Amino acid sequence: MSDTATTQAPESPEAPAIETYIGIENAGPRGQITLRADLSCAQVAAAVSNAAGLAVPEKLAVTHDGDSRAVWMSPDELLLILPAGQAPGAIAKLQAELADHHHMALDVSDARSIFRLTGPAVGEVLAKGAPCDVSDHGCPPGTARRTHLAGLAIGLWRLGPQDWEIVCFRSYAPHLLTWLQVSAAPGAQL
Amino acid sequence: MATRLAEGGLLIDRSQPMSFTFNRDTLSGFDGDTLASALLANGRTLVGRSFKYHRPRGIVASGAEEPNALMGLGEGGRFEPNQRATTTELYSGLVATSQNHWPSLERDVGALNAWVADKVPLLSAGFYYKTFLFPRIAWKHVYEPFIRRAAGLGKAPTEADPDTYEHYHDHVDVLVVGGGVAGLRAAREASEAGKSVLVVDQSRVFGGRTLVDDDGLNGDQGIDYVAAKIWAMKGAEYLASGGSQAVADMMPKTDGAGPVRLMTRTMCSGVYDHGYALLYQRVSDHRPGQPGAPRHRLWRVRAKEIVMATGAIERPMTFANNDLPGVMLASAVRDYIRLWGVLPGKKAVVFANNDDAYRTALALDDVGAKVVVADVRTNVDGALPQQVRDRGIDVLASHGVVKATGKKAVEHAELAPLDRPDRIREVGCDVLAVSGGWSPVVHLWSHCGGKLSWDADRALFHPDPSRPPTGADGQAMVRAVGAANGDLTLDAIVSASGTPAEAPMQPHWFTPAPGKYNHGTKHFVDFQNDVTAADVRLAAREGYESVEHTKRYTTLGMATDQGKTSNINGLALLAEALDAEIPDVGTTTFRPPYTPISMGAISGSAKGPLFKAVRQSPMHAWSDENGADWEPVGDWYRAYCYRRTGEDRHTAVTREVLNARQKVGMLDASTLGKIVVKGPDAGKFLNLLYTNMMSNLKVGRCRYGLMCDENGFLFDDGVVVRTGEDEFLCHTTSGGADRVHAHMEEWLQTEWWDLKVWTANVTDQWAQIAVAGPHARKVLEAAGADVPLDPGTVKFMDYIDGTLAGCPARIFRISFSGELSYEIATPAGHGLQLWQALLAAGQDYGVMPYGTEALHIMRAEKGFIMIGDETDGTVIPQDLDLGWAVSKKKTDFIGKRAQQRSDLTRRGRKQLVGLLTENPQDVLPDGAHAVRRVFEEIEMETIGHVTSTYFSPTLGHSIAMGLVNDGLERRGEWLDFPVDGGVMKAQIVDPVFYDPKGEKQNV
Repeated sequence: MSDTATTQAPESPEAPAIETYIGIENAGPRGQITLRADLSCAQVAAAVSNAAGLAVPEKLAVTHDGDSRAVWMSPDELLLILPAGQAPGAIAKLQAELADHHHMALDVSDARSIFRLTGPAVGEVLAKGAPCDVSDHGCPPGTARRTHLAGLAIGLWRLGPQDWEIVCFRSYAPHLLTWLQVSAAPGAQL
Repeated sequence: MATRLAEGGLLIDRSQPMSFTFNRDTLSGFDGDTLASALLANGRTLVGRSFKYHRPRGIVASGAEEPNALMGLGEGGRFEPNQRATTTELYSGLVATSQNHWPSLERDVGALNAWVADKVPLLSAGFYYKTFLFPRIAWKHVYEPFIRRAAGLGKAPTEADPDTYEHYHDHVDVLVVGGGVAGLRAAREASEAGKSVLVVDQSRVFGGRTLVDDDGLNGDQGIDYVAAKIWAMKGAEYLASGGSQAVADMMPKTDGAGPVRLMTRTMCSGVYDHGYALLYQRVSDHRPGQPGAPRHRLWRVRAKEIVMATGAIERPMTFANNDLPGVMLASAVRDYIRLWGVLPGKKAVVFANNDDAYRTALALDDVGAKVVVADVRTNVDGALPQQVRDRGIDVLASHGVVKATGKKAVEHAELAPLDRPDRIREVGCDVLAVSGGWSPVVHLWSHCGGKLSWDADRALFHPDPSRPPTGADGQAMVRAVGAANGDLTLDAIVSASGTPAEAPMQPHWFTPAPGKYNHGTKHFVDFQNDVTAADVRLAAREGYESVEHTKRYTTLGMATDQGKTSNINGLALLAEALDAEIPDVGTTTFRPPYTPISMGAISGSAKGPLFKAVRQSPMHAWSDENGADWEPVGDWYRAYCYRRTGEDRHTAVTREVLNARQKVGMLDASTLGKIVVKGPDAGKFLNLLYTNMMSNLKVGRCRYGLMCDENGFLFDDGVVVRTGEDEFLCHTTSGGADRVHAHMEEWLQTEWWDLKVWTANVTDQWAQIAVAGPHARKVLEAAGADVPLDPGTVKFMDYIDGTLAGCPARIFRISFSGELSYEIATPAGHGLQLWQALLAAGQDYGVMPYGTEALHIMRAEKGFIMIGDETDGTVIPQDLDLGWAVSKKKTDFIGKRAQQRSDLTRRGRKQLVGLLTENPQDVLPDGAHAVRRVFEEIEMETIGHVTSTYFSPTLGHSIAMGLVNDGLERRGEWLDFPVDGGVMKAQIVDPVFYDPKGEKQNV
C-alpha cells in the first residue's frame, strides 16, 4: 500500500516514525462535547444545528462538515466534535436553547483522543480488532459505530471511502496507537 | 521401499529442489512437497515411535487425519511439537525431529514397554485407574514416576515465540468450508443468488479428492462443470495459487453475483452459536521469514449460513500388526503417487471392503508396482474391481490380511480366508494399502448441537437434516453437502460425473488372526494413543457400556488427532463386544478445534506491549522519567513510589510518607473515577445509589459516600461534590469508574427510567493532583491562585472553581491522608503543566511526589478503608463501623433491604479493628489469620484476618487493620496469628492510629 504516515504518540512528541500501510495520525486537540438529550426531539435538532452547524445524525451514523462532526453514540447521546477551543461557545448555545429541556452538555475536549486513518486498507486493519462489520458493505461512508479494538472501547466513523476516524479515551491512546502500528505493519496485509 | 517416481506429481515443481533435515540428516525434496511426501521420497518410512509401547510407526495418511507422523518442528523459539508431517509444507531449511524415542529413532529403549506389556498388562485399558488399587507406596514410587515420564506427546518449547499472529473479523452471507466439488458448487450457487461467499480449504489447493480421483475424465460427454474444471486446471498454476485463480474463474460473472473470497491453508476450527465460526489461516508457515507477515491469522467469521463441505476420512482396517510402517490408508497411497510423484512401495497389498480402494490398485499398477488385492466381500463384481482384474491383478474375495509382519516396516502380509485365518498365503510387500470405508467429517455439524444418523448399510454417521444446529431464528445454520453429508461418490454429488458406479461396501471391524494374535492386542485402533481392539474389549468386559466412558477408560480418541481415524472403528468394536447396535452405543462429542491450532493464533497480537490495554495519566511520561516504580491498578499504571538513585522501594516509601506528613507531598490522582450526574432528579437518584443522603448537600460542598450492591455489600466509595443546583460530580475508586457508571446506567435504564437524570463518565477529561501536607496551602498560593484559599473561605470539604498556575482548576479541599490537603482537577491537557508548576512552586516548601504505597500507608494510619482491602464483596458498611454513613431517614437505597436480613444483622460478623503487634517492629503478614486457639495441626478455628498491614514511618511501629468476629466489641483483646516461624500476638485497638481528632486536616 502506498499510504504511509508518520505518527506520534499523544504524550510523547518525540516518538520515532513507524512505517505503516495505512495513514495514522493523531488528530490533535479538538473541541468535544458530550450531549445527552432526546435526539428525536426537534428542539434538540435545532440546538445542535445552531451550535455545531450539523444535522443530528441517524442511528449509527455521523454527520460532518469541515472539521466538525456529530457522531451518534446512542439514542440519547451525541458526540460533537468542533475545531479546538470552540466547545465552550457551543455549549453555551446549547444550554441557552435547551434551557427548558432536560439535557446535559459537557466539555470533554480533553477526555478523548481522535486518530485519523487514511488509505484504501483502513477497513482491513480495523477488522483485525473490531468485531463489527467494517467492510464497504457494512460500513459505508457516513457510518458510525461504537465497538471495541485492541481490548478497549472505541468509536469509529467513516467520512469517505479512504477517510476514517476512531476515538478512544485519552488514557488509552498510547496503547491504541501501538495496536494500530502493529496491525498495519508493512507485510501484514491480508 | 518408498521412492520418488521419475515423473508425475501434480503439486511438485521438480525444478525447485529444497533441502531439509530430519533427525539431523540432510534430505531433499521439491517445492510443493509436504514433509511426509518428502520423507517417503527419501525412503524414510519409519518416522516416529508410538506413545505407550514405543512401537515403530510410519506415515498413515496424506492429510489432517494423520495419527502417527507427529514431528518436532523448528528450533529455539520457533520449536513446536506434535506437528503433522502430512500437513506441513516443505520449505528450504526445514528442521524436523521425530518424537517419543531415546536414544534414537532406530534404537529405542522405550520399546521395552511393549515387551513388558506382553508379559503383564501394565498399559492396558484403564491402567491409570488401576494403579490406584495398589498400596499407596507403589503409586508414589512406581506408577507416578512412570506415568509422569510417559505422559504427554513431544516436548514443550522452552523459549518465547518470536513470531507474530493476528486476528481478523469477517462478515459474510455464506461460509463454505471445503473447496472440493461439493463446496465449490455450493459457492457458485450462493454467488449466483447474490450472496457474499467465503470459501476456505485446509490444504494448499482447491479440488479435494476430485483432484486425484479423476476417472470421470474417461466418462461421458457433458460431465459436471465444476468437476471438469478441476480436472482441467491441474498444472503448474497450482503451485502458484493453490488453484485460487482457476476457482475464481469458475465463479459466476453476471451482474449481481455475490463476491467470492477464496482462501487455502485455512481450516475451520469450530462452529459456534449464531453462525460464528473460527478459521485458522496458516499465512506464512510454508514460507517462513516473510517480513511483517504474521505466522497465523485467526479469522472470526459471522456467517448467515455455513456450508459444510468437509469431505470424509478413510478408516484403517483392524488386523494384527496393522500399525507397522508401510500400512497406509488406500487413498493416501494414491495421493502420494498422483500429487507428489512418490511411490510408497513397489510391492503392494490392498486390503479393502469397498470399491473405492480399487482406485489405489489401479494407481499403483499405473506406475509399475506389483499389486495383490484382498477384499472381505464375497461378491466382488463392481466396475472398479473389474478394471483391476482386467489388468491381471489378483483379487482375493472373502479374504483379509490376518497379520502383517516386519521389523521396522511391513515386509509380508499374511492373507487368509476370513473363516480360516490359519490358511495363510504369505505375500511379500512393502506397502499395505487399507480401506475400511469412509467416515463423513461431521465435526462442524456437531460442534453446535447438530445430530447424526447411523447408516448401517454404508457404516457411517451422517448429518441428520431434521436435527441441524440452529441459529437465532430456529432454522438450520449449517448445511452439509458432498461426502460430509454421506454422499461419498462423485455420482452422488453431481448428476453426470462420468465416474464408474460403485458396488456396496461391507462393514468390517475386526480381522480374525492366527493364534494368540486373535486376542487383538496387536490390532491397533487408535494409533496415536496405542489403544488396541483388546483394550476396547477389556473395557466392555469390565462393564463400560457407553462410548463416552470407554473413551476415557481406554483413552481411545483422546490424543491430538481426537480419533479421526479411530472413532468409528472403536465404536464398532465396542458395539460388537457388547452385542449392541452401533447407534445404541452412542457417539462421542465433537468439540473444537477440528485440528489443533497454535496458542499464538489464539492470543493474536495480544502479547508484549499489547498484552493488555494500559491507561496512562497525563503525567505518566514525567513519572516514568522521574523514578516511578509502576504497579497496575485496574487498567492504569500508577507509581508505587518514586525511587531516587540508590533507594529501594522501602526507603523511597518511607521518605515519601514522612515528607508529606512533615512538609508537603504531591500525588497523581488522575486515575480517580469521575462521573457527572445531572438533571432535576439528580439528588433523588444519588440518594438511591449511595447509602447516605446526597440530596441535601450544598452547592460547593463535598461528602464522602458509600455505594452498595443489591445484596447490601459495599462495592465502591468516593467523594461526591455538588457542582451545581442539578449537577453532581461523583468520584469513584481508580478502576471502578466503568463499573459504577454501568451500575448507574443500568438502574436508570431498567428501573428508574422515569427519573430525569443524565450521567457521563468524565474520568479522562480531568487530570487530578493531590497536594497534601502542612505546607499544602502555601504551595497552592505560591503557584498563583486567582481565588482565595484561606481556611475561612475554603473550609474542609469545600470546593471552589478557579485558576491555578494559569490552568483552569477545580479545587476540592478533601483529604485521604489526614493532612491539610487539596485535590486539584484540571483538564487533562493541562495536567502536566499544572503538575510541574506545583512542583516548582513547592520547591521552597520541600515538596516531593509520592506514590500509591505512601498513599496507602497514610490512609491506613488514619484508619480509612480501601475498597478491595477492607472489603471483599461480603462486607457491609456496618461491619466497617461506617454505620454513620448509612442513612436511617431515607425510605430506600440500593442495599437497604438487604442490610436488614438476619445474616447481615446477626452477631458474630467480622468487623473492622485496628491491630498493634506485641513487638512494634513485627509487621503482620497481609491476609494472616487470627485463630481462637493455636494448635500444631493446620486446621485451626479462624476468627479474623488481616486486611491492611504496614510499618508506619510516621509512628515508628507497625500498624494493621483486620476483620475480626465481633471485633467492635473486643477492643483490648489479644489475638494469636500463626505465621511462618511462630505466632505473632496483636492487640485489638481503634483503627485510627494517627491524629484521631482530625485536627491536621482541618487547619
